[in-house]
Amino acid sequence: MSEFTFLFRGSDATAQSPEEMQESMQKWLAWFKELGEKGHIKYPGHPLECTGKVVSGKQKSIHDGPYAEAKDIVNGFTLIEARDLPQAVEISKGCPILEAGGSVEVRPVRILNM
Amino acid sequence: MEPSDHLFRREAGRMVATLTRVFGVHNLALAEDVVQDAFCRALEVWKFRGVPENPSAWLIATAKNRALDILRRQRTARTFAPELGRLLDSEWTLAPAVEELFAANAIKDDLLRMMFSCCHPRLAEEAQVALILNILGGFSVDEIASAFVSSHAAIEKRITRAKKLLAGSKRLFDIAAPADFSARLPAVQRALYLLFNEGYHGACAETAVRAELCHEAMRLAAVLLEHPLGATPTTHALSALMCLNAARLPARVDASGNLNSFFDQDRSLWDRKLVTEGLKLLELAVTGFELTEYHVEAAIASVHASAPRAEDTNWGRIVSLYDTLMSIRPSPVVALSRAIAVAQRDGPERGLEAIDAIADRDRLATYPFYPAALGELELRRGRHETARKHFRAARALARNPMERRFLDQRVWACERADPQRVGMLEPATRLQRKIAT
Repeated sequence: MSEFTFLFRGSDATAQSPEEMQESMQKWLAWFKELGEKGHIKYPGHPLECTGKVVSGKQKSIHDGPYAEAKDIVNGFTLIEARDLPQAVEISKGCPILEAGGSVEVRPVRILNM
Repeated sequence: MEPSDHLFRREAGRMVATLTRVFGVHNLALAEDVVQDAFCRALEVWKFRGVPENPSAWLIATAKNRALDILRRQRTARTFAPELGRLLDSEWTLAPAVEELFAANAIKDDLLRMMFSCCHPRLAEEAQVALILNILGGFSVDEIASAFVSSHAAIEKRITRAKKLLAGSKRLFDIAAPADFSARLPAVQRALYLLFNEGYHGACAETAVRAELCHEAMRLAAVLLEHPLGATPTTHALSALMCLNAARLPARVDASGNLNSFFDQDRSLWDRKLVTEGLKLLELAVTGFELTEYHVEAAIASVHASAPRAEDTNWGRIVSLYDTLMSIRPSPVVALSRAIAVAQRDGPERGLEAIDAIADRDRLATYPFYPAALGELELRRGRHETARKHFRAARALARNPMERRFLDQRVWACERADPQRVGMLEPATRLQRKIAT
């Protein structure tokens, strides 16, 4: 088994009615439940605030917010266990954020044996 | 754990109502933003962590914290609720004051306060209904537009105007003043009645949306019943008619989505619990001296509910109840329903005579169940060709695919010249909004 980080980008919570937001949440819950039952969740992860600072360069210059565009902002991550990258990618296809126009970045975690 | 159905929608109403009390009615839009915010947070957190033990409490706590945050940061820039007044000035008084405003029993009153505020006398009835749906029901403009078979733009305009008036009214309605409460109560009852009607008889094809409107009206009527000043015999009558009619909802549409003819309904599908509840409420409704249209309509529904089969219906009683209804609130739709009941009691010829005698029949010109009733009665007395013409006319007036399918079947029944089943739709006990006014 290998570990993968899913980075979720793009928001699915903008300008929706309460009913639609609940539907969207229920899709997420169902997806996570399914992954959990199949033993794919190593760590459920966290949502990330959309605010923050970016510190860069030798100047240590500080900018507001990670990105200018909402669709580029990582708003959460989850640690997944899967056989290999193709399986992890397959798993990511069930993510409800895709239906809302967002994206999932699937990144293998390099395990350090020290 | 799974959140209950429509949790967000239901909580939206309570939260906006409370936040409006905290921020002041002029900050209605701010209250709505805070609620939207709380839902966003729930969406973000719950999907990673699962739904908390008490989701409503979580949402309310989130909204409360956000409200406190806004009150602290903007207390100099904005004016908030006049009741809060100087409590805002100090942290010692602010937090406990907000805590109190968010207490469970206070929230219930907020719902009522907002319901009465939405029924502002300067708002047209349909604007009141749209506003209640939007603010208290948590329905979006699109959802309301689809339920009312109206355009997004039209509903948005209606709601925006109504909110402007509400926000400009400075203060929320004071439910603690008994005289004011009683004076506005009929308007609130009427709005809930129209809301229920829209769900029950409305022209929207999507049954799910319609049932939701009915349930929303019932939920708000229940809130009204919980208040000592709201629990009048008339409110009981209103709730009774909602329960007794909603009991029939599961049988109104068959498995293929067709409107079931009233006489073909599988009465075993009627919700017995709602019938029992409705009859109990009706008993409480007749304790006073008042006799309103709600009383009569609830009584009509109770006669239907107590007949095990359509044939067992006491049509004589129904005709006399319609007579009473005509004396309280006359309308051509009520007269048509009465004529149908007359036909049931005395035969199709008498029914046709009764239809002929409707004074303002021309107002039924666009109502599909007017020609449909004529068709049904002609079919029953064996005039298939005439009946077919009427059903065709009715079909041309149909307002949604379900009505069209139903009327198509009636046209075919005439062509088969087989009037064995009486295909009358459920009589429109209630006033159809567009025609009745």
